[in-house]
Amino acid sequence: MEQHLQDLYEVLSKVDGYVYPNEIELNWSILIVLYPYITGLVAGAFILASLERIFKIRILKPTYGIALLTAFSFMLVATMPLVSHLGKPLRAYEIMITPHSSSAMAIFGFVYLWYLMVVLFLEIWFDYRRDMVIWAGETTGFKRFMYRLLSLWTTDISPKSVALDNRIGYIVTVIGVPSAFLLHGYVGFIFGSIKANPWWSTVLMPVIFLFSAMVSGIALVMGIYIILSKIRRQVIDMNCLDTIARYLFYILIIDFTLEGLDQIHRIYVAEESFEALHKLVFGQLFFTLFIVQGFFGTILPLLTLGTFQFYKPRAEIRKVIYLVLSVLILIGIFFMRWNVVIGGQLFSKSFYGYTSYKVGMIGAEGYLMAAIWLIVPFLILSFLLWLLPPWKKIETDHGNLEE
Amino acid sequence: MKKEKTKLSRRDFFSAGTALAGGVAITSVLAGYDGLLFAAVTPNAKGIWYGIGIDINKCIGCGKCANACKLENNVPQAPFYFRSWVEQYTIKNDGSIVVESPNGGIDGFKQSVPDKDIFKSFFVPKMCNHCAKSPCTQVCPVGATFETEEGIVLVDEKYCIGCRYCVQACPYGCRYIHPDKGTVDKCTLCFHRLKKGLKPACFEICPTKARIFGDLNDPGSEINYFLKNHNCMVIKPNLNTGSKLFYNALNPEVR
Repeated sequence: MEQHLQDLYEVLSKVDGYVYPNEIELNWSILIVLYPYITGLVAGAFILASLERIFKIRILKPTYGIALLTAFSFMLVATMPLVSHLGKPLRAYEIMITPHSSSAMAIFGFVYLWYLMVVLFLEIWFDYRRDMVIWAGETTGFKRFMYRLLSLWTTDISPKSVALDNRIGYIVTVIGVPSAFLLHGYVGFIFGSIKANPWWSTVLMPVIFLFSAMVSGIALVMGIYIILSKIRRQVIDMNCLDTIARYLFYILIIDFTLEGLDQIHRIYVAEESFEALHKLVFGQLFFTLFIVQGFFGTILPLLTLGTFQFYKPRAEIRKVIYLVLSVLILIGIFFMRWNVVIGGQLFSKSFYGYTSYKVGMIGAEGYLMAAIWLIVPFLILSFLLWLLPPWKKIETDHGNLEE
Repeated sequence: MKKEKTKLSRRDFFSAGTALAGGVAITSVLAGYDGLLFAAVTPNAKGIWYGIGIDINKCIGCGKCANACKLENNVPQAPFYFRSWVEQYTIKNDGSIVVESPNGGIDGFKQSVPDKDIFKSFFVPKMCNHCAKSPCTQVCPVGATFETEEGIVLVDEKYCIGCRYCVQACPYGCRYIHPDKGTVDKCTLCFHRLKKGLKPACFEICPTKARIFGDLNDPGSEINYFLKNHNCMVIKPNLNTGSKLFYNALNPEVR
């Protein structure tokens, strides 16, 4: 408490111009930066998985299972930064029990549960049921118990039941794609619908969030696939990797265009808030917006991936570059969320001044805490990959489903 | 050909009928969901409907309103938490604008701009606008913030989860998170005093009677007299929040 006040006095001494007295405290911290970031990774990874399953892009097969498990791992953690940021975390359940129909945030719990339980969980379950039944017979102890439990003690792996699994899994994925769009478009709406804040209030926000989500999710799965193959000492399927990179390139173009359109529109119409935002963008946000998000997170990957469409260096070099690009894009999108969430709170709604934000190291709002919420999904993913290794599954050709 | 077109089989009749019935059913279900229309519909208030008037020409910037508010409502004393504060606007000869509100105006004001550079200067008391389509109420995920029948925006602190969405949604910076409670806090128009027939603390203490409040639905009320006899304006009318805080002599520079 004392420390909190001391920090606020420090911020007060740094206020540039005039901000309303209640605005000195920045209300949404790094944890709220993580929330759209993690949700975006989920939506993006899932959409990549769906490309293989629904759109029958079989070349992406090696990443299908990884993408699904990645989406699931991050989804489990997605609410944690939100809940731990609440002033009254123990009342979080009220959102589910007494949602307020006009609030964009109130719908979150339902969209989240729908996506986690109905889409991701069911898709993974139907995809793995047969394998879990088989693995339960091959293993002992904890693993065997886990497989039994997870497969709900089913034993039927006749071709008929497996075909049914596949059919239901397919239907779930078909429902899942619009759900993934809904999940992340909705996150964008939370910000885009705040008319008090001109930095957030744009109708493009949900679409921008959606496409940046796809970019980050695909980059994440690409990176994980490269690292995982290295750890497992497996040969990377370069066709698959090149295809992912190509999709990444296309979606990055759309994302870049949308964000560019947003900025061009702001500059051209130059509304009341323009001057204040202009100073913000070239002041406190300059490094994170232009250097990190713009150059390293967008332009550099765009140019590199674009070049690869015409000229491909040899596989060894490509692999390294893909890995570097995936990290750059992930950092870039993180700072895109940063620029939206933190950037939107740095200027006063009076447009007469600016407050500042410095992330502390410790405490519930520190960057150590934020780092934990980013590391936990990887621990969950490691566990899931150990328990449900996609590479040990019996090959199912999802393409055979259509009749 | 012609004959075929006009012919309506029993099957057609039933499918069209079912579609119609289904359409009616779906529409009636959707009609109950008015969340989307929150800001699109202007509330039609009956009975007492409170509005506030502030006469900028009368405000002397003594800051007593801000102080009285803190004392009456146990607002934390640190200069980051205000339900009510006063801003000093100074428009310089070169057209630039200086806005100041040291400690919300509680300790009074000192003019930082030299006299020769001042074009004009005035004070603007700020408080919750008690909007009729309040953006803070709209976004509250649990309904802890609500508008009373009298048009006062209140918070149920036993219910607030402290998500801070309302703080982001308020265009006027009138909300803060109470550092001890972890829930949001804001002006209640001294609801506890109103219910006893008393004026809100800031209205009671104002030495120049720059603050007026009353029932907008009562043609004879003080507030209606004020609105009728002055050219009044709300802050940020473009946001269409249904603000019920009307200022007399409001400069367009005030935001």
